Amino acid sequence: MNSRAQPGPILELTDIHKAFGGVQALAGANFELCPGEIHALVGENGAGKSTLVKVITGVHQPDAGEILFRGEPVTVANPLVAQRLGVAAIYQEAMLFPDLDIAENMFMGHHPVRPFTRRVAWRQMYEQAAQPLRALGVELDPRTRVRGLAVAQLQMVEIAKALSFNARVLIMDEPTSALTLNEVADLFRIARQLRDAGTAIVFISHRLDEVFELADRVTVLRDGHYVGTRDVGDVTHDELIRMMVGRTLEDLFPKMDVERGEPVLRVEGLTKEGMFEDVSFELHQGEILGLAGLMGAGRTGVAQAIFGVAPADSGTIWVHGQHARIRRSRDALALGIAYVPEDRQRHGLLLPMNITHNVTLPILQEFANVGWLDQEAEVQKAQEYASRLDVRAAGLWQCARELSGGNQQKVVLAKWLAASPRILILDEPTRGIDVGTKAAVHELMSVLASQGMAILMISSELPEILGMSDRVLVMCEGRLTGHFGRAEATQESIMAAATTPSLAASPAQSAPSPMQEAR
Amino acid sequence: MKGTGGKTKRHSLLLAIAGVRETGISIFILLLVVAVSLRSPYFLTVDNFTDILMDIAILSIVAIGEAMVILTRGIDLSAASTIALSGMTVGMTISSHQGIPPAVALLMGIGMGAVLGSLNGLMVTKGRIPPIIATLGTLSIYRGLVFLISGGAWVDAHELPRSFVYLSKNFVLGIPILVLIAVIVAIISYYFLNHARTGREIYAVGSNPEAAQVVGIHVNRILFLVYLLSGILSGMAGVLWVSRYASAQSDTAVGFELQAVAAAVVGGVNIFGGSGTIPGVLLGSLLLGIVVNALNLVRISPFWKLAVQGLIILLAVVSDAVVSRRLQRAQSAGRVS
Amino acid sequence: MTFKTRTSPRRFRPTPTLLRWEWLLIVLLIVACAINASLSPYFLNVRNLFDMVFHFMEKGLIALPMALVIISANIDLSVASNLAMSSIVMAASYQAGLNIWLAVLLGLAVGTLGGLINGLLIARVRLPSLVVTLGSYALYRGVAFVILGDLVVTGFPPLFTYLGQGYVAHTPVPVPLVIFAVLATLFGLLLHRTVFGRYVYAIGNNEEACRYSGVFVDRIKIIIFALSGLMSALAAVVLTARFGSARPNIALGFELDAITAVVLGGVDINGGQGSMPGVVLALFLMGVVRYGMSLKNVPGQVQNTLIGILLIVAILLPQFLRRLAPRSRA
Repeated sequence: MNSRAQPGPILELTDIHKAFGGVQALAGANFELCPGEIHALVGENGAGKSTLVKVITGVHQPDAGEILFRGEPVTVANPLVAQRLGVAAIYQEAMLFPDLDIAENMFMGHHPVRPFTRRVAWRQMYEQAAQPLRALGVELDPRTRVRGLAVAQLQMVEIAKALSFNARVLIMDEPTSALTLNEVADLFRIARQLRDAGTAIVFISHRLDEVFELADRVTVLRDGHYVGTRDVGDVTHDELIRMMVGRTLEDLFPKMDVERGEPVLRVEGLTKEGMFEDVSFELHQGEILGLAGLMGAGRTGVAQAIFGVAPADSGTIWVHGQHARIRRSRDALALGIAYVPEDRQRHGLLLPMNITHNVTLPILQEFANVGWLDQEAEVQKAQEYASRLDVRAAGLWQCARELSGGNQQKVVLAKWLAASPRILILDEPTRGIDVGTKAAVHELMSVLASQGMAILMISSELPEILGMSDRVLVMCEGRLTGHFGRAEATQESIMAAATTPSLAASPAQSAPSPMQEAR
Repeated sequence: MKGTGGKTKRHSLLLAIAGVRETGISIFILLLVVAVSLRSPYFLTVDNFTDILMDIAILSIVAIGEAMVILTRGIDLSAASTIALSGMTVGMTISSHQGIPPAVALLMGIGMGAVLGSLNGLMVTKGRIPPIIATLGTLSIYRGLVFLISGGAWVDAHELPRSFVYLSKNFVLGIPILVLIAVIVAIISYYFLNHARTGREIYAVGSNPEAAQVVGIHVNRILFLVYLLSGILSGMAGVLWVSRYASAQSDTAVGFELQAVAAAVVGGVNIFGGSGTIPGVLLGSLLLGIVVNALNLVRISPFWKLAVQGLIILLAVVSDAVVSRRLQRAQSAGRVS
Repeated sequence: MTFKTRTSPRRFRPTPTLLRWEWLLIVLLIVACAINASLSPYFLNVRNLFDMVFHFMEKGLIALPMALVIISANIDLSVASNLAMSSIVMAASYQAGLNIWLAVLLGLAVGTLGGLINGLLIARVRLPSLVVTLGSYALYRGVAFVILGDLVVTGFPPLFTYLGQGYVAHTPVPVPLVIFAVLATLFGLLLHRTVFGRYVYAIGNNEEACRYSGVFVDRIKIIIFALSGLMSALAAVVLTARFGSARPNIALGFELDAITAVVLGGVDINGGQGSMPGVVLALFLMGVVRYGMSLKNVPGQVQNTLIGILLIVAILLPQFLRRLAPRSRA
């Protein structure tokens, strides 16, 4: 830790509880932050990290627990209060104004004004805006309109914004997910710079290697509970995982050995400008093909291209050996392809509608007699699949909005299983759900695979990839950079492929390429 | 930082395209002027242009108010009814109190517009009623009130004080007072939107309402303000209308809100909020004014006016959408995620 | 965990909150009738009651598809203008010598085309429905004016005017009421009992999720707006038949009544919720209220004021109720 660190923590959260509807997001969470440190906050999906951050930034109010700022109890009633306390947060969704320029984004709400006329002091503002940008080593003109900036640049603007009103606490929530290796290095350099100047930084990340590289201390949350805080130098990778997960890896992933069958899906040369390039692979009956990579590597794009929601610019897809032309989701469905989306609330569910309506949406035609709906048959089908997935709800008539994350995911799975697919694409299937449901989903995947389902599983969680996949494909910056069998796949080799774009196979090679040598 | 070199190039491309809107309209206007003056030489006379300017003076005042509302992702369909109601109220008042000077009459109109606009503002903010519905309702409510207070009767030219009617006919320094008022309104609005904190916050609210909330902008206050301002401007326009046409009727300005929206949209105010300029609105009004004037001169029946307005709105938004989509595709092409 | 098998489809009706809303409308309807009866002793006469209905059947016809439009989270401001355009095309072609029924077909085609254009711009070009229908609101009526100017077409054959003025056989039941009843039933069944209706609700709730679930979102939106255009044209037939004349400024302000009827009927302006029975009830409620006002010789513009107030209240009331009673789901 930095020797210039002031005595006493700048922020202390003790025994924070927070529930949403029936879901207990935080059940006794603690967090202590000192000035001049980079403090990582880790935990699985659903551990409560985001909720804790939102409590600190005033978006949510805790049901119980105490918050001390520089030793004084505070109530962070809204984001404005947090801002005044000097807390700034950078989320994955940029809180910026796309139609305005960088400088105005930084100063919106507190433009510098001329003394008498109260007119906006533009020149002063642009000068003041240039300073943090320069300090960050960012070559962006403050007059640039924010719309059209790349994600990494947006983050820089957010950091500059935080600097501009002297944030003493800077929270970064998964900042590296959409960044290239160089951009990550830049970000880390800046973070260290800020830390050395006395800012307290909260760093949330799934990527433990980043935690070890950047952070001074790390706090672990699990299922909303506080597990412990360690100095980064005093803890090992495995210990950290054990604290996060609570059980050993083997228990978590009930993978059965399945005889793999014929190839049911084959893609070749799939390309979409700006998203992914020259992606080729095969998917077999009964196998679980893991697709690993950092967020932003283009995996969801590939899935969406296969499912027809966002077709590729070029490349071919074969389903069951037949050339397939998939321009919209209905085409994919007709071919037996189902896609469980990453963003389940936005793309997977109709929140205000009930479970039955959600489950039967893609297959309504099955209950239709010249358009007339057989609602009894519909209910029966929904019941069948809701039971099979063990959806916990008061009844089929309950709205999807009221269900917990885990149950919502079960509804989405029920919906797609009810469509009787033969190819199932799962995009981050266990993100944001409790450990119990997670295990259930994994078991389901194994069972489905054993029954002949071909599964493509996109996941950013290495343990999940390693535990569940028969084969692993890795993408980096839009290209395939790794292909491993179950035995050869290791955290290191996958991470290496995920972070090294140059490992991409040359277009001349046909899919799938044999094992890549791990560096 | 990766791609910064490309960024500056893209930056100037963006600027170029954003500027295209205003230059585009200007070029279009020039072409139109040339075309029409070839058909009808009267078009290029000072008299005719004064006519056009007087027509669009009132339109631009209302269009500026409409633009501010649209900037916040809203719309004000009650503008025309506000014009009628404030015009009738003031008209009736000064016809029975002939001593009231025109300047006071103008202030009364502004006050009336402020009241009517605040009602809209309250419904949108406190009532959480979507602006389209709230102003659709007040469109009828205010129009009906015109009838109620006037009993269906008109206020005629001979009932209005001479000084009042001359307000819109007199010149100061060679410029019609009407146009002068419009220019003053435009200058003040320009200053407000571009150099006052609150004005900038209006853009923020339209560009990203959630982020505006997060940075501490009182979104409801801003929303209330724009409807208030739109009402004030419409109220002012109502008084000017009665002065210009020397009468106040229950069907004054029917359909005028459409023209105001058209002027704003054609002038580059984005219907999704967050961007748009005063000069753009003025150019949009000018374009509409020239089109209407040209239709008259070229002997096309006045019945085309409505159809042309509708067509202009549709063309403007379609071309906007198409252009911005091309722009987005060009941007994402340069990026690898 | 097992779920009880429920066989009754009633559960899929709108939530209890809205069922309460429909009861509220029925109560208001009775109150309005009572008020009207006190205003005029002739009101409760059966024949007069039936005759009252003549005045709002056209509005009803355009309110039916408007419900679909609003449930799908869109809006259509151009319905009245489309009505005018269809009416003028029909009348002008009849006047030019075309057989009346062919003219009617032409009018229906034009109206549907108008709706299709809206739908294409909204679904394919992805423009907001507010602006598109604001533009067509002007354009379509403008077209009506261009075709006919300030002329009027009269002299329609009795078989045609029967559609708007006639009674069924020797009963006091007006023909427009029968037309409306049939279509209201059809639309109700369409919305509540068919796949298409389910898609309409789904799109209004979460359009993107629908795209991810194999729903032909664009196609359905286009159909919704085309239906709106078709019904506008049908309403044009009935209205023109009722007046026995056609001129470009008919049906001014009808869109206000249609939207008010839909919103008053319990359809959430943000989409995703609402029922057809509610819309029909609200339509009748408004019809009775307007009729009562005309009994007292309240001029049209002032009547519109009350309808405007009704619209605002209709939106504020559910918010108010929600704050009083906690949100209950069956």
